[in-house]
Amino acid sequence: MGLIREGRLVPDPFTDASGLESLPVGVPLIVSLEQWQLHRDALLAAGQPLGLCLKSDQPPRLVAADLRHFSVVALEFPKYRDGRAYTHARMLRERFQFSGEVRAVGDVLQEQLHFMQRCGFDAFDVVAPDPEKAWRTIAGDHTAWYQATGDGRSRALDLRKGTGP
Amino acid sequence: MYRYDEFDHTLVAERIGTFRRQVERRLSGDLTEDQFKPLRLMNGQYLQLHAYMLRVNIPYGCLSSRQLHQLAFIARRYDRNFGHFTTRQNIQYNWIKLDETPAVLAALAAVEMNAMQSSGNCVRNITADQFAGRARDEIEDPRPWCELIRQWSILHPEFSYLPRKFKIAVSGAPSDRAAVKLHDVGLYLRRNADGVIGFEVLVGGGQGRLPYVGHTIREWLAKDDLLSYLEAILRIYNLGGRRDNPQKARIKVQVNALGPDEFRRLVDEEWAQIRNSPLLAVPGAEIERITAYFADPAWEKLPDAPVAVAGQRKSDPAFDAWYRANVVEHRAPGYAIVNLSLKAPGIAPGDLTADQMDQVAELADRFSLGELRVSHRQNLVFPDVRQTDLRALWQELQKLSLATPNIGKLTDIIACPGLDFCALANTRAIPVAQDIGRHFSDLAVLQDIGELTINISGCMNACGHHHVGHIGILGVEKNGEEFFQLTLGGSSAEDASLGDRLGRSIPAAEVPVAIEAIVCRYKALRQVDERFLDTYRRVGIEPFKEAVYGNSPQRRQAVA
Repeated sequence: MGLIREGRLVPDPFTDASGLESLPVGVPLIVSLEQWQLHRDALLAAGQPLGLCLKSDQPPRLVAADLRHFSVVALEFPKYRDGRAYTHARMLRERFQFSGEVRAVGDVLQEQLHFMQRCGFDAFDVVAPDPEKAWRTIAGDHTAWYQATGDGRSRALDLRKGTGP
Repeated sequence: MYRYDEFDHTLVAERIGTFRRQVERRLSGDLTEDQFKPLRLMNGQYLQLHAYMLRVNIPYGCLSSRQLHQLAFIARRYDRNFGHFTTRQNIQYNWIKLDETPAVLAALAAVEMNAMQSSGNCVRNITADQFAGRARDEIEDPRPWCELIRQWSILHPEFSYLPRKFKIAVSGAPSDRAAVKLHDVGLYLRRNADGVIGFEVLVGGGQGRLPYVGHTIREWLAKDDLLSYLEAILRIYNLGGRRDNPQKARIKVQVNALGPDEFRRLVDEEWAQIRNSPLLAVPGAEIERITAYFADPAWEKLPDAPVAVAGQRKSDPAFDAWYRANVVEHRAPGYAIVNLSLKAPGIAPGDLTADQMDQVAELADRFSLGELRVSHRQNLVFPDVRQTDLRALWQELQKLSLATPNIGKLTDIIACPGLDFCALANTRAIPVAQDIGRHFSDLAVLQDIGELTINISGCMNACGHHHVGHIGILGVEKNGEEFFQLTLGGSSAEDASLGDRLGRSIPAAEVPVAIEAIVCRYKALRQVDERFLDTYRRVGIEPFKEAVYGNSPQRRQAVA
C-alpha cells in the first residue's frame, strides 16, 4: 500500500521494521523508538535512509537531539479519536524545526486529513479503499480557519485587518 | 451582538458541507456507526433513547429575536413543536431526523447560528454571565473575550480530538452567575494591584461522577496572553489527560492527580515556549473589531427608578412580587434586566414551545431592543427593558406563563432531560421537578423561603448540576425502582461548594415531603435575612438529617 503525498498515491520506499527481530541492511527503514534506542550506533553506521515511528504516548522531545538522522517521522494514531499526534506533529515542525516527512499512520480517516495537514503532516497512510479519491473528496472542504499553525496559512484574525461593524 | 463576516459564514458553510457528506457516507454504509459517532457529535448530534437529538449553541447566551423566530421555525418544521434550553446556553431538539440534520444546520447558519462542537471531545460552547454588558456589578463585559475564545476553539486543528469534552466559562462580574468554578477552565475578569484588567484562570472544575471545584492556577493573566495561555493548558491536557477510561478523562482528574501546583508548572513551562509566538498573538485591531459588536445599544436618557413604577408596585402586590423576584438592576439609568421564568408549575424546566418562542421574540422586539439572553439556570432574559415598560411586559409574559415570580427561588429548578429522553439516565428528573413545582406553588411561601436553588440530575453524570444545588437531588435506580438521593449545601456561585449527602435515598413520591421538612427546619433555624445556604453552613447537616429521617439510625444510613 502506498502513501498519499500532495494528493497523489505514491509508493512508499520505506520498510516498516516494527516487529522485526533483525533489522534489514541497505534498505530505507522505519524503526520504532525502542529499536532506535537499542540499535542506534549500528543503524547510523549502516548508513541507510532512516525513519522513526513514534507511538501516541512517545512525544518527539524524547528524540529531539536525534531528529536530524531521520528523513521520516511517522506518528501513530492507534484510534482516530486519540489526538495526541496532532500535538506531536506541531512540536516536530514548530519547536524542533523538523523538515523531513511527517507521516500519519494507523487509524487515519479522510475526515481528519485537514487537521493533520494544518498540524504539519505531509504524508498519509489513509485507511480507505481508494485513498486518492478520499483525498479528492475532502480537498476543498475547508478554506477558512480561525487559527494559525506553523503551516503558514493565515487565520481569519489577521486577514480581517480590523474590518468592523 | 456579534455578526458573522465572510470568514465566519464561509467556515460554517464549509462545515455543513462536510457534515452533509459525512451523513451521506453513514447512510450509504461507507462509515460505520462507530466511525460516524465522533463526527456527528462534533456537529451537535446525539443518539438518544428514541431519536437523534441536535444541540445548538447559543454562544455565551446571546440570542436575537430573529434567531429565536428561526429556532421556532426549526421546532415546527423539523421537531415536535418545542425546544429545550440546557444548563450550557444551548437549545436541544429531541426529535431531529438524521437525514434532515444538514438542512437544520443550514437553517441555523442563515441566522448566524451553529451546532459546531456542542458535543464531542472538543472545546464546547463558551458560556458566560447572562447579564453580561448589563450588570451593575460588572468589571468588564466578557462577551468580546468569549467570542475571541469561540473563534480560537472552533475547528482547532490540534485540539479537536481531546481526551474528553472541554468547557470554558467567563464572568466579568464578582457575582458569579456562570458557574465559572465548575468548568474545565474558568475565567474571571479581574483588576490587578495596578488596576489593569486581566483574567484570573481556574482549571479542573467540573461535575459528573467526580465533582471538583476548580483551582486558581493564575491569579492574573494579561489579556494579550489569553490565547497562548489557553493553548498551553489545552496542550498539557491533550498530551497528559487520561485516554484509557472515559470516566477519568476530564482535565479535573489530571489536575487533581498531579496537584494544581505541578499542573501549573507544566503549563507555565509550555507557555514560556509559545507566549511570544506570533501565531497566538491577539491583534489589537481584531479585539477592537469584536468589541465594537458589543457596544452599548442606543439607550434613551431616562430617569432611574421612576415614581410611576413604585406606585404600580404599591398598588399591585402580584406585580410587586414579580418585580422583586425576576427584575434585576441594570447598568443604564431607567432600564432593567428582566428574567423570564421557564419554570411555571408543572412545566419541564427549560422547555419552550414554538409558539412561545415566536411570542417571546415579538416581545423582545417590543420591550428589549430585539435581544435576549439564555441563562445556565435554564431561563430567558430580556437585557434592556425600560423600567416604565415593566408592568406592560409583565402582563404580556403572564399570558405566556413566563412570569412566575420564582427566579432563584425553590421552584426555579434546574433539571436534566432524564430518562424521559436521555440514553444515559436511570431515573426521570422532569416529573420530580414538576412535583416539587406543584407542591410549592404558593407564591407567598416561596417568597418567605427566599433564595434556595434545587438542582436535579437523573443520573451520576450530573447534567442537572445536583452537586451544586443548595439542595441537590440525584436519581439512582435500585432494583428497577427510582430513588432520589438528596445533598445539601452546594453552590455554583463565587462561593462554590459541593453538596453533602443527607442520608439514604428516598422514593420519588417522598421527595416533595422531604424538601418540605428541610424547608421547615430551615425556617425554624434561620437568622434574620439568612439564606438557606448560609443557615446550612452555620448549623451543619445534622438538624436536616433529623428533619427528614427522624432519629431512626437505619433510615438515616447513607447508601453507596
